Amino acid sequence: MATERRKPFAIKAQPGFGLVAMLCFFMLYLPIAILVVYAFNAGENIALWEGFSLRWFQSAWANETVQEAAMRSLFLASVSATIATIVAGMAAIATTRTAPYRGLTFKYAMINQPLMVPEIVTAVSLLIVFSRFKVWTGYSGIGYLVLAHTAFCIPFAYLPIRARLENMDLTLERAAADLYATPWQAFKRVTLPLLVPGLVAGYMLAFVISLDDVVITEFVKSGGQETLPTYMLGQLRRAVSPEINAIATVFLALSVLLVTLFYFVNRKKN
Amino acid sequence: MKTMLRAAVAGVSLLLGVGTALAEGELQIYNWGNYTSPELVKKFEEKYKVKVSITDYDSNDTALAKVRAGGTGFDIAIPSGNFLPVWISEGLILEARPDQMENFKNLREDFVNPPFDPGRHYSVPWLWGTYGVAVNTKHYSGDIDTWKVIFDPPDELKGKINIVPEMGDAIYAAMTYTGGTYCSGDKEMLKKARDVLLAAKPHWMSMEYATQEPMVKGDMLATSDWNGSVLRQRLVNPDIRYGFPREGTFIWQDTVVILKEAKNVENAKLFINFIMDPENAAMNSAFARYANAINGSEPFMPEDMKGAPELGLPDFMKGKTIFSVACPPDVVELYTKIWTDVMK
Amino acid sequence: MSDATRIAENARRADIRNRWWLTAPALFILFVAAIGPLLVVLLYSFMLKGDFGDVKYGQFSLDGWFSVFFERDIFDDTVGIAEAHVSILWRSVKLSLITTLLTLFIGFPTAYYISIQEPRRRDLLVFMVTIPFWTNILIRTFAMQEVVRNEGVINTLLVWSGIVDRPIQIMYTDWAIFFGMVYVYLPLMVLPLYASMEKIDFRLVEAGYDLYAGRFQVLRRVIIPLVKPGIVAGSILVFIPSLGAYVTPRVLGGGKNLMLGNLIDLQFGQGKNWPLGSALSITLLVIVTVALLFYVRNASKSGGGHGH
Repeated sequence: MATERRKPFAIKAQPGFGLVAMLCFFMLYLPIAILVVYAFNAGENIALWEGFSLRWFQSAWANETVQEAAMRSLFLASVSATIATIVAGMAAIATTRTAPYRGLTFKYAMINQPLMVPEIVTAVSLLIVFSRFKVWTGYSGIGYLVLAHTAFCIPFAYLPIRARLENMDLTLERAAADLYATPWQAFKRVTLPLLVPGLVAGYMLAFVISLDDVVITEFVKSGGQETLPTYMLGQLRRAVSPEINAIATVFLALSVLLVTLFYFVNRKKN
Repeated sequence: MKTMLRAAVAGVSLLLGVGTALAEGELQIYNWGNYTSPELVKKFEEKYKVKVSITDYDSNDTALAKVRAGGTGFDIAIPSGNFLPVWISEGLILEARPDQMENFKNLREDFVNPPFDPGRHYSVPWLWGTYGVAVNTKHYSGDIDTWKVIFDPPDELKGKINIVPEMGDAIYAAMTYTGGTYCSGDKEMLKKARDVLLAAKPHWMSMEYATQEPMVKGDMLATSDWNGSVLRQRLVNPDIRYGFPREGTFIWQDTVVILKEAKNVENAKLFINFIMDPENAAMNSAFARYANAINGSEPFMPEDMKGAPELGLPDFMKGKTIFSVACPPDVVELYTKIWTDVMK
Repeated sequence: MSDATRIAENARRADIRNRWWLTAPALFILFVAAIGPLLVVLLYSFMLKGDFGDVKYGQFSLDGWFSVFFERDIFDDTVGIAEAHVSILWRSVKLSLITTLLTLFIGFPTAYYISIQEPRRRDLLVFMVTIPFWTNILIRTFAMQEVVRNEGVINTLLVWSGIVDRPIQIMYTDWAIFFGMVYVYLPLMVLPLYASMEKIDFRLVEAGYDLYAGRFQVLRRVIIPLVKPGIVAGSILVFIPSLGAYVTPRVLGGGKNLMLGNLIDLQFGQGKNWPLGSALSITLLVIVTVALLFYVRNASKSGGGHGH
C-alpha cells in the first residue's frame, strides 16, 4: 500500500472537497439526529415535542409485532445481501475485462433489469407468479421474500463490484499466472483481496436496499411476514406511532456499536 | 371461571351450529396498519389461548389484489364496506353468518342492513366514520361545514390546503360540491367536477395522506380528512375543528370478514363474536380513534372520546349522508382519466 | 488453421464457457424472481382489463397499449396524443436528471475525500455513509420534514443568520424533493465512486503536476477519466431508481404532480387498469434500456484510457 503512505500534501488533496464532505455528512446525520431526539418524546406524535420520556421504547419493547418485524427485516437483509453479493461478484468477474463476446450485452441488460422497472411492477408480477407457487406447493414461508429481495439486490451489488474490477490492474494476475499459480490460487491470493472494497460497497448497498424495500415486500409477504418498512407503510394513512422512532434509534445504536467493534478489531489487527 | 366461559362459548356455538372445536391454535389477521388494538388482541389471546398474528396493508386495492391472488395464509381480513361486493362476487369470503352469532344483538340497528351486505351474512362492522374537512380555526373563523373550504377556499387558507389523494373520495367530494350524483358517468356532471378540481388545484399546497403532523404544527391550515384523524389532531391542537360538509358526505365502514381460504375458521368466528362485545368494541375505538357500531360501548369509551363532536353526525347532516359505495368499472375508468388530468 | 490459433481459439471458447457458468446463478435468480414475472406483465399488457383490477384471462386486447400513447377525450370523444403521459414522463426525467447531477456534485468530492484518508479512517467513513440508511426510508422522510418545514432547521438557521427575514416555503416544493432525493440516493452514488477511487494510481496524478497542470486540470484530465467506471455505475444507480421514485415526491414534495412511479401505481391501484399499468411499465423499461445501452457503449468507447 505504497500510495497511501505517500505524503498527503499537494498530490491528493483537492480544494474544497473536504468541506463538501463535511457538509455532506452533516446533512446525512441531521435528520437522523432529529429522529433520535423524538424517540424520547413523551407525546403521541412522531415529531411534536412534549417532554422527555422512555414510553416509546417501553411500548416498542412490549410490542411483539414490531420486534418480530425488525428481526425479520435484519434477517432478510443479511441473507439476501449475502447471496446477492456472491452471485453478483461472480457475474461481475464474468462480464468484465474481456473482449466483447456474444451474450455479453444480453447479460448486462439482464443483470440490470430489476433497476429499470418501477417497484410496483415487479411487485405485481411477483404477486401473480408467487401466489401460484404458494397455492400449488402449500409453502408460503419466507423463501419467497428472500428470493425477491436477492433478485432486486443483484444490480446494486453488481455495479460497484464491476466498477472496481474495471479499474483493477491485470498485470498482477498475469504475474501470478507466470509464477505458476493455478487460476484459483491467483484468484484467491490476488484478485479477491483487491476486490474487497468493491465487495464491501456492493454488500452494503444491497443490505441497505433490502432493508428499505417497501412495495415489493408488501405484495410478496404472506401472513405473519411483516417487515419494518411494510409495518410502517400500513400506518401511513393513519397516525404513525412513535414506536417507529424508538425502533430506528435501537437500530442506529446497534449499527454504531457494530462499526465501533469493527473499528477496534481492525486496529488490533494492524 | 375460564373453563366455564369456554364451556359456555362452546355450548353456544354448538347450539347455533357454528362449529364445535375448542379454539386453540392460531389466527391470522390482515388489517390496515396501526388499526388493531394490541390490548384487544392480548385479551383475545388470553381468553381463547389462540396466538394471533397481525399483518398490515395500506390500501383496499393491495388487499384485494393479494387475497384474490391467493396463498396468503390469512384467516380474517378487514376491507372497506364499499369493496365488499367485489370480495363477495369474486368468491373470496366465507358466508360465516355473523348474524347468527351470540353478540350480534349488540349491533346498532342502522348497521344491520347495509347495501353491500344486507342482513349481514358475511361481515360485521369493525369501525366507521365520515369524510369531511379539518380546518385550523385560528387562521380562519368562517364557515367550515362545506366543501368550499377545499374547492373555493377563502384567502386566509389559500396555499395552505391539502387534499387526501384518495381518488374516489376526492372525486366524490367534487361531484357532491357541484351538485352531481356520485358514481354517475354523466358527462355534464363530470365536466363540472373536473373544472372545479382544476380550478382549485393552484390553491392547494399538497396532496398527501399524512396530515397529522403538518396540521397540528400549522404547516397545513386545512385538509380533507376522515373524522377520527381530525379527532387526533384536535386533541393535540385545540384550534383544529372538523367540518361536516353540508353539501353531503359519505359514511364509510371497515368490515370484518372470514376468507374462504382461512385455515382457522373457528378461531375467526370466535374473534368476530368477540369484537361485537361492547367492552371490546370500545377498546378498538379507543386505539384507532374511530367510532364503533356496537350498542352499549359508550360507558367503556375513553373520556376524551365521549361526546366528541367529530364522532357523531350533527342534525343538519340528517339525510345528507350515504353509505360509501364502489363505482362501476367504466365509471372508475372515467374518474382515473380525470384524476390523471388533474395531477399531470 | 495452425495449432497456435486453434489452441488460442479453444482457450477463448473455454473462457467464454466459464464466464457463462459464473453468471449462471445470478441469471437463474433473476429469471425466477424478476425477468420471468416481467414476461407476465408483458402478457398482461395485451389483455382486457378486469372489472376490479387484474385482467380477463385469455381475452386479448390492445386497449392498454392504445392508452399509453393516445387518449380519447372523455367529453368530446376526439382522439389525441396522451398529453398527460408525455408531460408526466418529461417531468420525471427532468427531476431524475437534476437529482443525478446534484448527487454527483456532492457525492464525488465526498467519495474522493474518503478515498484519500488512511485505511482505518476510510473504512469508518464508508460505514458512516450507510448508517443513516439503517433507518427506513419512510421514517427518514418524516425526519426530513422537520428539516425543511417553515419552523424547521434550515429556515431557523436562515432567519437567525439574517439571510431572510421570514421563513421561506421549502416543504412541498421541488426544492424539498431534490433535498430528499439527493439524501435518499447519496450512498448509491458515493459507494460505487469510492470503490473505483480507492485504487487511483497517484503516480499519474503526480505526473500531471510534474507537467505543470493545475489542480482543476488534474481533476478533469486525470482523476475523472480514471474513475469513469464509478461515475457511470453511480449515475445509473441514481438515475433509474429515481425515475420510479414515489415516496419522497409525495411526502416532501406534497404529491401534487404525478411522477412516473405514481402514474403506474395509480393504474395498478385505484385506477384498476392493469393492462395500461403493464403497458406503461414496458414502455418505461424499453426507453431506459435503450438509453442505458447507448450510454454504456459510449462511456466504454470514450472512457478508460487506463489499462486498455
